[in-house]
Amino acid sequence: MLKQFATAALLGLGAAGGIAGAASAAGEESHTVDVDFSFEGPFGVYDQHQLQRGLQIYTEVCSACHGLRYVPYRTLSDEHGIGWTDDMVRAYAAQYEVFDPELDDYRTAIPTDHFGESSLSNAPDLSLMAKSRAGFHGPYGLGINQFFKGIGGPEHTYSILTGYTGETREQAGTVLYENHAFDSGWIAMPPPLTDGQVEFADGHDNSVESMSKDVSAFLMWAAEPKMMARKRAGFAGVLMLSVLAVLLYLTNKRIWKPIKHRHAAEHRES
Amino acid sequence: MAGIPHDHYEPKTGGERWLHRRLPVLGLVYDTIMIPTPKNLNWMWIWGIVLAFCLALQIGTGVVLVMHYSPDTDLAFASVEHIMRDVNGGFMLRYMHANGASLFFVAVYMHIFRGLYYGSYKEPREVTWIIGILMYLLMMGTAFMGYVLPWGQMSFWGATVITGLFGAIPFVGETLQTWLLGGPAVDNYTLTRFFSLHYLMPMVLAGLTLVHIWAFHTTGNNNPTGVEVRRDSKDIAKRDTLPFWPYFVIKDLFALVVILAVFFAVVGFMPNYLGHPDNYIEANPLATPAHIVPEWYFLPFYAILRAFTGDVWVVMGASWITGGIIDAKFFGVLAMFGAIAVMALVPWLDTSRVRSGRYRPLFRWFFALLIVDFMLLMWCGAMPAEEPYASISLVAAAYWFAYFLVILPLLGVLERPVAAPATIEDDFNAHYAPHTGGTQTLVKPAE
Repeated sequence: MLKQFATAALLGLGAAGGIAGAASAAGEESHTVDVDFSFEGPFGVYDQHQLQRGLQIYTEVCSACHGLRYVPYRTLSDEHGIGWTDDMVRAYAAQYEVFDPELDDYRTAIPTDHFGESSLSNAPDLSLMAKSRAGFHGPYGLGINQFFKGIGGPEHTYSILTGYTGETREQAGTVLYENHAFDSGWIAMPPPLTDGQVEFADGHDNSVESMSKDVSAFLMWAAEPKMMARKRAGFAGVLMLSVLAVLLYLTNKRIWKPIKHRHAAEHRES
Repeated sequence: MAGIPHDHYEPKTGGERWLHRRLPVLGLVYDTIMIPTPKNLNWMWIWGIVLAFCLALQIGTGVVLVMHYSPDTDLAFASVEHIMRDVNGGFMLRYMHANGASLFFVAVYMHIFRGLYYGSYKEPREVTWIIGILMYLLMMGTAFMGYVLPWGQMSFWGATVITGLFGAIPFVGETLQTWLLGGPAVDNYTLTRFFSLHYLMPMVLAGLTLVHIWAFHTTGNNNPTGVEVRRDSKDIAKRDTLPFWPYFVIKDLFALVVILAVFFAVVGFMPNYLGHPDNYIEANPLATPAHIVPEWYFLPFYAILRAFTGDVWVVMGASWITGGIIDAKFFGVLAMFGAIAVMALVPWLDTSRVRSGRYRPLFRWFFALLIVDFMLLMWCGAMPAEEPYASISLVAAAYWFAYFLVILPLLGVLERPVAAPATIEDDFNAHYAPHTGGTQTLVKPAE
């Protein structure tokens, strides 16, 4: 009976998930390249150096157009994220000006301020980009592979950044660039990265592929800064509940034993 | 309290006697916890506890989320991000609340289908069943309104589509829709009233939970055989039952903890698995998402809603008879609510005098098909409204109604049930074969 119960519970959960996965799969299937990120899977963690490189790429390239409105500068000092010191965060924020409604004027940004908004109206804010696009729905639309790979948001970003074919076309006065990773196949954003565009202090690889990976990882952090804490909480929860389950199983077995035995004993006597 | 004879609470100390004369609350607790429970309950009888836990979890996490959330279209989306980024443990609270809704529905579907298989709705438990269906409806309303609160794209467009259903009702539809929304379209006034109701309805649900428990504590639990507990005397009743504490409390807790371990794995390692990525984009009335899909637990009924299009002859017939008052859209709405209404009426639609499906050889096949049908509808609901999904939905929706309106009434007359054990005690003893020392479980298929 225990087995039936477990099967039933798993079936229920699996079916629920499968259908949800199928629901997402019903959307356009764009070509998402699978990238191995350090933060995938239940034990995956952010690669601090990669996040720092990603921040540099965002600062020097992406931020020209795209904002990160929900991300405060102070979170750059998060231990499990970028991991900067408070002084570095202060110095970083001081490069920017923000509009302060109380002063009715612009002032130098401080760590409690947020990254700016997008400066182009058709450039989406990137704070939640890594969670608002799903790249993975497999296997068979069940989406179970998200357990190991995540939903595929950073892979989607990577695929966009590396998915340009070089073809362009003009439509209503706007130049569109062919990109296989984009839903409609034609994207208004010109290829943002070129080989060697950003120089890293440690001389790290700055090819388009490598930089795309780094900035995608950074955007995952921007969307889910508490991912490490969440996985730790999940792990602690599963571990403690498993121990509790074993204890309850043994308790249950023990209190039921005389009941089940009593009938056997009565049967033997009669 | 219960109709099954059992020992009642006797105050022992002076303090207990003092309280008992003035307010017999300890007696109420004792009788509730010690209720005689059929000892042959299987693992499908654990979902009630899971559901009670889910309600507590949702209210507990919800109360804290409300402290940090702002029900205003300009602030709602940002306040959810504030919860995710700034509030201590806020990311866990929100992910537990969001995934808690899914666990709630997994449990309620298990609970409902257990009732349908073992005939838990049959005389004398009709009131328990009806209250249960009301609770299920309240759950759906609460979940739907809760999904609107983060004010993402799916929140906004889901609200637009679902409230649009009420607009399909002839004559009063538009007025009703405006009344529900608080204005001509989904906007701030909609968000604030959904927020208020999302907080109110779980409290009603908690009240109905007590009535639901009261009702089945009056009739006693059903059990896998559907055979009633013998009530001739306390001693005879004891041969069929065990007190709820500790036997079933520990068993249910064990099951709950196993389920929660899976739940924590989902929350910790894949919290957005059951959500829709579009809901991480702030609501935008000017940009309609390519596919508006409800949450997974609404999909079967969403599929029934969409199944009845204008080219189905039943719909055309209904339209012709009513002079166009029942059009395809309204027919779909009627079908969707009707699909739940037939479930509510099942105590009177099922004519069989045998309670448990275990002893109904034909019923078991049709029931298995109903489960497949439910899954199929869920899958169709997730798919775009085009062929072949439209035709599959129609066939699956037709089976759903046929099961309740045709098959169940006929089976009661046509089917030859097999013999059920005379007593619960017999069933229990048959499970624990004496010659092997009493711990060997006999294999019981399809249970």
